[in-house]
Amino acid sequence: MSSETKQILTTDGIPLEVSLKKAEKKNKIKAFLLVAPLLLFLIITYVFPIGEMFSRSVDDKMITNMLPKTFKEMEKWDGKELPSEEVFSAFYYDFKVLVEKQEHGKLGQRLNKEKNGFNSITKKLFRQVKRKKIDESISIKEQVMKVHKRWRNVEYWQAIKRTAPPYTMSKYLKGMDMYYAADGSIAQVDEDRRIHRILWLRTLEIAFFVTLFCFLMGYPIAHLLATLPMKYSNLLMICVLLPFWTSLLVRTASWMILLQQQGVVNDFFVMIGLVADDNRPEMMYNKVGTYVAMTQILLPFMVLPLYSVMKTISPSLMRAGKSLGGTPFVAFWKVYFPLTIPGIGAGCLLVFILAIGYYITPALVGGASGTLISNQIAFHMKQTLDWSFASAMGLMLLSGVLVIYWIYNKLVGVDNIKLG
Amino acid sequence: MALPSYTETRYRIWHYVYIAICTFVFFFLIAPLFVIFPLSFNAEEFLVFSEGMKNLDPDAFSLRWYKDMIYGTKNPWGLAAKNSFIIAIFATIGSIILGTLAALGLSSRHMPYKGIIMATLISPMIVPLIISGVAIFFFMAKVGLAATHTGIVLAHIILGTPFVVITVTATLSGFDHSVTRAAASLGSNPVNTFMKVTLPLILPGVISGGLFAFVTSFDEVVVVLFLAGLENTTIPIQMWTGLREQLSPTILAVATCLIILSTLILISAELLRRRSERLRGINR
Repeated sequence: MSSETKQILTTDGIPLEVSLKKAEKKNKIKAFLLVAPLLLFLIITYVFPIGEMFSRSVDDKMITNMLPKTFKEMEKWDGKELPSEEVFSAFYYDFKVLVEKQEHGKLGQRLNKEKNGFNSITKKLFRQVKRKKIDESISIKEQVMKVHKRWRNVEYWQAIKRTAPPYTMSKYLKGMDMYYAADGSIAQVDEDRRIHRILWLRTLEIAFFVTLFCFLMGYPIAHLLATLPMKYSNLLMICVLLPFWTSLLVRTASWMILLQQQGVVNDFFVMIGLVADDNRPEMMYNKVGTYVAMTQILLPFMVLPLYSVMKTISPSLMRAGKSLGGTPFVAFWKVYFPLTIPGIGAGCLLVFILAIGYYITPALVGGASGTLISNQIAFHMKQTLDWSFASAMGLMLLSGVLVIYWIYNKLVGVDNIKLG
Repeated sequence: MALPSYTETRYRIWHYVYIAICTFVFFFLIAPLFVIFPLSFNAEEFLVFSEGMKNLDPDAFSLRWYKDMIYGTKNPWGLAAKNSFIIAIFATIGSIILGTLAALGLSSRHMPYKGIIMATLISPMIVPLIISGVAIFFFMAKVGLAATHTGIVLAHIILGTPFVVITVTATLSGFDHSVTRAAASLGSNPVNTFMKVTLPLILPGVISGGLFAFVTSFDEVVVVLFLAGLENTTIPIQMWTGLREQLSPTILAVATCLIILSTLILISAELLRRRSERLRGINR
């Protein structure tokens, strides 16, 4: 720009550029203020609590606060042979404080999780301390070691040392059936006790197959709905939308009625002679029930995105394909199918994400062999009250979902989510 | 979908196979809902079709489970229905207000960090419910709102707003912003413009988002299971307990009522969608 060009001014005499920038900024703030209430609300009530789940899942401060003197002394200990007199006496004085506060039981339980056998020996020590049997003027190490032979075992002291850091990943390891071995390395749980890995695999398997079934069943009807004349397709659309709007529990209840041993499906099988009347198969409280019910419940989430994509594909493309010499199958495979891939991606990922976190239906029709990881999370939240473990598993599940969501965003874009 | 007369036999066969597959899938989708109707009128206590029902004997049908639902002693359905409606209505109002405001901001072209904010706002829809349940429970327990109506309403606002945000944003995407400028140039203040011009135009989107929020709240069980005390029992909670303990025909009577309710909601949602498309000038 040459120096002679005058700056364009607004009527107020302010340069236009500045004035526009100001207006732009004002608009930005205005738009942001509209979003702010919901954003703040969600951050406080939802995003932070999910973050809190993380701190809860790695939190191990309880024991750090219980044995402050011991851990301080243990810093000097190499952890190979039995600790020195100082460690023993520090532990004894820490324990005495806990006994006064009546918290020695908690310590026993927590240490027992680290190594089996702690519960009984802390109880033994408690009795000695309570009866004032331990003479503080002579070597405390000798006396504690006499309480139980396990106090003479270095492995137990190593276990105490392992609990020193205020944070632990042990809950995450437990979620993958692993644990910290005595020397601090990561070890696998015995093969017959690996329950969580089975659950993860089963969750993935069920989510995968439910997605596959939904795709195989959803694709043809989405195609039919998209190609039929409006007046018929609107009618048939009800078959998709009514289940979509109906309570999940109602739909689960209807499957419980259908699939029970004296239920309609079994009646039908007996009637057409597929199975003998006295040999009706169990279709509920196992994987079959979970598959059937979840497929029907999640099917609308596959059909609706597929339908909205197929609706935009012009029928003349198929005609063009055929007129250029393709058989209907070739025209479908080379022309129509590639155009529906965005819909397939959207539907499959939506169903997969929903299926992987399913809770209600598996809990009701799944029985023992149909329960998923979500059921395990709920179990620890409500029954064992091991909230930190529930949080850890929830976050493991969440990170899986976020990866899938990220792929979804890359492939389809979140803005393209359509509801009906 | 009549076939042209020149269709080869194998494609003709394939076409009928295809129709048969579609029929089966439609049947698979809708039939389970219709099992509930007749069984809820069962005169007996069992959840199977009795001989009398199969022979259409009038004595085999009765309204006793509906009576039990309404008048039955120590029946929780009255309280549950009341709670469900109160919670769902307040949750819907909250979701509509917060969600519509946010959608208005999000569809402004001046909005900064649109992507990340949109992702945050709709995250409760993507995160598995069980995780949302755990997180919301921790929050409500900390602020002392666990086992209160307020806590459940807030939880359902969290779960319901994404639907409002999505539907209203979609409605606003076809919105002609020159009409609001026209209103402003005619001397209308922003609030007046919103109430008189914008809101009537986006109303179908707002209401259909509200319907989603209502259904989400009315049907929600996972989060409520963590939050609810005995006083806050809702219809889904009662159904859940009933289905776990023993399947009684009373549950089927309730389920029938719920299916009727969802049919009504479906019809209103469909009417709204058509009206919205008409208003936005989308003709198909």
